[in-house]
Order: sequence, then C-alpha cells, then structure tokens
Amino acid sequence: MSIKSIDPRITREELPEVPDNSPLKEIHHWQTYEVFHQAKTGDHHVHVGSLHAPNSEMALILAKEQYARRYNCVNLWVVKTTDIFRTSNDEEEIFQTTPEKIYREAGGYKVMDRINKFKGK
Amino acid sequence: MNYSDAQISAIKDLIFRMADDQLILGHRNSEWTGLGPILEEDIAFSSMAQDKLGHAQALYQILHRMGEADPDSLAFGRKEDKMRCCHFVEYPIGEYSFSLMRHFLFDESESLRFDMLGNSSFEDLSNTARKFRGELKYHTMHAETWIKQLSNGNDESRIRMQNALNICYPLALGLFEPCESDEMLIESGVFPGEKALQEKWSGKINMILSKTDLKIPDVNDIKIGYGGRKGIHTEYLKPLLDEMTEVYNIDPHAEW
Repeated sequence: MSIKSIDPRITREELPEVPDNSPLKEIHHWQTYEVFHQAKTGDHHVHVGSLHAPNSEMALILAKEQYARRYNCVNLWVVKTTDIFRTSNDEEEIFQTTPEKIYREAGGYKVMDRINKFKGK
Repeated sequence: MNYSDAQISAIKDLIFRMADDQLILGHRNSEWTGLGPILEEDIAFSSMAQDKLGHAQALYQILHRMGEADPDSLAFGRKEDKMRCCHFVEYPIGEYSFSLMRHFLFDESESLRFDMLGNSSFEDLSNTARKFRGELKYHTMHAETWIKQLSNGNDESRIRMQNALNICYPLALGLFEPCESDEMLIESGVFPGEKALQEKWSGKINMILSKTDLKIPDVNDIKIGYGGRKGIHTEYLKPLLDEMTEVYNIDPHAEW
C-alpha cells in the first residue's frame, strides 16, 4: 500500500506506507561545509551555518540558496568542517582570565565597532 | 517606438510563449518541494521554481500593460488551447535526472533569450529582461555544476544523465518552434527570432557537454516537440492546469 495524501504530489510518488529505514550507503553520506557570508564589500565574512555537499563547488551553489537568498550578500566562502582546526571543549579553561586584568582587554575594538556602526547610519 | 497592430500582436505572441513556459515549468519544478533528493537541493530547486513564477508574473504584467487581462486571469483563466507553452515544459517531473536535465537545457535557453531581449526595441521587455539577469546567471551556474558533477560521477549517474539527455534534447528543440510572428519580431528589432536563439543555444550546450562524457543524441525528427506554440499540447498539460487552477476555479478572488 502506498501513501494517499490530500497533496496530489505525495500520492503520485507512490511512497510506501512503512518507510524504508535501512541504513544509507556510504556514497549518500556527504560531508558538511561551514558557510561564511559577506553582506557588503569590505565587511567581515560572518559564519552563518553549515550544509551538506559532496565537494566545495557544489557546496557553493547550494550555500547561495540556503544562506544568501533573503539577505544582502556579495560574497560567500565555504570551508570543509573538518578543515577547521579548533580548540577542544575541555580546553575551555585556557580562555579564563582574572578580572583584574581588564587593562589587557581589547576594549578599543568594541568602541571602534560602535563608531563605525554610527558612521554607517 | 511605434508599432503597427500586427507588430503588437507578434510581441504579445512572443511574451505569451515565454510567460507560459515559465509558469508551467515553474509549477512543474515546484512539485519537487519537500520531495527533493536532499534538503539543500530541495530548497535551491524550489527557490528557482519560485523565480520562474516571478518571471512569468513580470511577463504577464507587461501583457496587462498592453491591454490584456490581469496576470492572475492570464495565468489561471485560460484553457489548454489558449496556452502557448512548449511540450518540453509540460512533461511530468519524472526522475530527478530528467528534471535536472530539463532545468539545464531550459534555463540555458532562457538565459540566452533574456540576454537577447536586453537589447530589444520594445522597452518594457528589455527592462524586464535585464532585471532577471542575476537570477538566471545563478540558475545556469547551478545547472552546469550539477551536470558536470553527475556526468563525471560514477557509471550510474552518468548513465542516468545520458538517458535524461536522450529524452530531453529532442523535446528541448520545441522551445524554438518556428512561429509566424518571428519575421515581424526580427524586422522591428524586438527579438532576433527563434532560429538565431536555437543556434546560440546549441553552441552553448555543445560547449558545456563537450567537457563531460555525455553525448548529444541524433535527432531524427526535429518536430517531435513542436505544437505547443500553436495551442496543441501533450496529454500532460490539462491535468496540470486542473491541479494548478483548482482553488482559482472555486473562488477566483480568493486570497491567501
């Protein structure tokens, strides 16, 4: 028996009522890519999410519709997730610093961001 | 520029052909929404189907400005024999290889057609044509990347793509079915004609496919996909129109 739906497209597909849950073959497992999006020339690329793709060329064309469909975008980067070298979660401690060292924080950047934002208006 | 009545009806004929192709293929491709091969491609393909409906709407709006009915009535209110789409866009979505190959062959032609129309003497059309350049560039980039990917993939993907090309290619020639209005469109500088477009398209398709293992099939009957421009359609169009216009036919003024 196949699925009968009020959506004629579904009925036409003759999908089995009991879905086939057998494991996927190796070839169907695509790797993930991280997507970085640039809203306008000169801006930083901002990480916007990830997607599945078999290679970077395919990742780019898929990223365009996933992440640059609704918002302004002038450029996209995709990076294989496994190519990102990162700190592990149990190394999180290395970022902890004593509160007395506020003089070492790069507060100037924060102010610059606000100035630039104001200029942009 | 001033056009004669005969020229005006030739222009309308051209726009109806283009708009109906976009509407019907847009509807067909939207049938993949939720059923696409992978989530990312499902979203991309659906989004491009929506673009096609947008192009159709813009073209119906030109017709409306030329004195025809409003876009909704043009899209949903005409019977089969008044539609001017070609057979190629009417065929059911089939397997994904078929839909992808159709998307490739159709959008390459559409992109070249809009390029040509960017220089049209008919300003309303040239403005609209230029507006969609970016969208079409993405569509062809998407199609070319997939074609390259699957035709150079493994045996299964290459065989599926070759089978799809064998079915699609002869039908795609129906996009360029010679029309009575052609000569008048060429004379008045509105559009260089279907024959010129077909030549450009063949060159482009040859160039892209020459980088793959796919072979363009020999076409024994060039007229196999003809008829649509004269209102003679395949058995697939009527069920599509019935489904597409179901709500409109119950309540033409429904809003949702």
